[in-house]
Amino acid sequence: MTAVSAPTQTPTVQPARRAQRPKRKLTAYWLLLPGALWLGLFFVVPFYSLVATSLYDPQGSVLTGYDMTWAFSNYVDALQAYWRPLLRSLVYGGVATLICLVLGYVLAYAIAFKSGRWKSLMLVLVIAPFFTSFLVRTLSWKLLLSDDGFVVNTLQFLHILGENQRLLATPVAVVAGLVYNFLPFMVLPLFASIDKIDHRLIEAAGDLYSRPYVGFFKVTWPLSLPGVVSGTLLTFIPAVGDYINAELLGSPKQRMIGNTIQSLFTDANNYPAAGALSVILMVLILVLVLFYVRRAGTEDLL
Amino acid sequence: MSPLQRLGRWIGNHLILAGGLLVLIYTFIPIAVVVLMSFNQPKSKLIYRFDSFTLQNWLHPCADPSMCHAVSRSIQIGLLATVAATILGTLMAFALVRHRFEGRSAANLVIFMPMASPEIVMGSSLLALFVASGFGGQLGFFTILIAHIMFCLSFVVVTVRARLAGLDNNLEQAAMDLYATESETFRRITLPLVFPGILGAALLSFSLSFDDFIITNLNAGNTTTFPMYVWGVAQRGVPMQVNVVGTLMFVVSIAIVLGVEINRRRQEKALV
Repeated sequence: MTAVSAPTQTPTVQPARRAQRPKRKLTAYWLLLPGALWLGLFFVVPFYSLVATSLYDPQGSVLTGYDMTWAFSNYVDALQAYWRPLLRSLVYGGVATLICLVLGYVLAYAIAFKSGRWKSLMLVLVIAPFFTSFLVRTLSWKLLLSDDGFVVNTLQFLHILGENQRLLATPVAVVAGLVYNFLPFMVLPLFASIDKIDHRLIEAAGDLYSRPYVGFFKVTWPLSLPGVVSGTLLTFIPAVGDYINAELLGSPKQRMIGNTIQSLFTDANNYPAAGALSVILMVLILVLVLFYVRRAGTEDLL
Repeated sequence: MSPLQRLGRWIGNHLILAGGLLVLIYTFIPIAVVVLMSFNQPKSKLIYRFDSFTLQNWLHPCADPSMCHAVSRSIQIGLLATVAATILGTLMAFALVRHRFEGRSAANLVIFMPMASPEIVMGSSLLALFVASGFGGQLGFFTILIAHIMFCLSFVVVTVRARLAGLDNNLEQAAMDLYATESETFRRITLPLVFPGILGAALLSFSLSFDDFIITNLNAGNTTTFPMYVWGVAQRGVPMQVNVVGTLMFVVSIAIVLGVEINRRRQEKALV
């Protein structure tokens, strides 16, 4: 029993319970089995299929079938042909995540520390707009940002935009859409972290004559880092893979990697290239996430 | 504290709250547009802007029957996916919180990964699996359902697990001390206490499933869900009834959230 126990196990198990242990252990596997099977079959195995697909002979087609030729050249070809949308996705996703971080931090901080008894109401209001369909919401942004719409007219009046400049079909519109649609993924983890901070620590910084912004960067920000890390990841990952905003608010010049993968699968029926791009995207994201988490972790320690 | 500092602190206090409220208002702007446009009578199908007020969209929501078919298909898929994902996910959450077993961290990783993978990657993996296993021609209702159960599952586990981990074990111990059997304790103590978590997980699953586009679009074949319908009409002219559905989704979810909250407050009062 003790030989196989995990190191994290709490040592205080009542003696009476110990006799039941072997039976209960089996129960855990039975409880886990159906869900684990589902995830195994439809989440883990598909990755294997995806990698296999990405190595198929590019000469084949869905109708005639594909031969497995270990065509690693698919990856080189895919990167050469589509490095632009890939890079663009990372840039758009990164910029959108940064803007989300600023907006989300202000909102989460206000809810955690300044909202008083309206806290739970404000939390509901954060997610409420996102109960409406993603696509319908994005269509309303298309209307709001349209050429003779309110936003464009105001910006032209303020001479921020020139007479003939537009917002739709520009990177600005696509990034704005991404920011809007993924904001709650940023706010909720940030709130969870900021809400846990003992307010007396921030007051102590003030009592010790630190200026408010010094107090913020020395106390509040470091203590909220777990929320910052999970919030940025939860925003960045879906934002990079998204293609709804790029399609509805952008033009072919703003195509993101999601658009490319989607159209390679459904329009061009080029499964090997689409598979290779998906694998590249997944690996890129995993590498970035690991690097980022490690980086944030060490900074936390310092 | 000098007056200057006091002024600084006052501005700090109210500036942040004001900033937060502005961000909140910003998130509601498109919703206002959706509600407004649901009362719009467009002059031309191709120009998407507010022309004149009408109730026609609300009186004839199914003017385009294919939209209502898409909505009902989304509801069917949403309900089935919710039931399946909630049951499977709740069982998994119990296993993870209440039991210690080997392979725990592997299980946690597999549950966490779907939430950290881009949808386009999950969607294309599933499509690759379906095509490789010879189901490429049968993409439709069931392949969408399989996908939706898969991505809802993790969110159910996380939601129920959080509730279960926060439970007070003493209540169950007390029931056992009072000679309740294990199953009685589970039925009368554990389940009622975990239920809000399960309900929340179910609501989350339904809205995730109803709203999903990227994974669905890759695995749908010729079946059309509501988001896919919107995607289709976005290219060729949006009927204003789409905004009626959008408004209804918003109103219904707000009503559910408020109902749950009011019910919770009433129960808390009853306990005091």
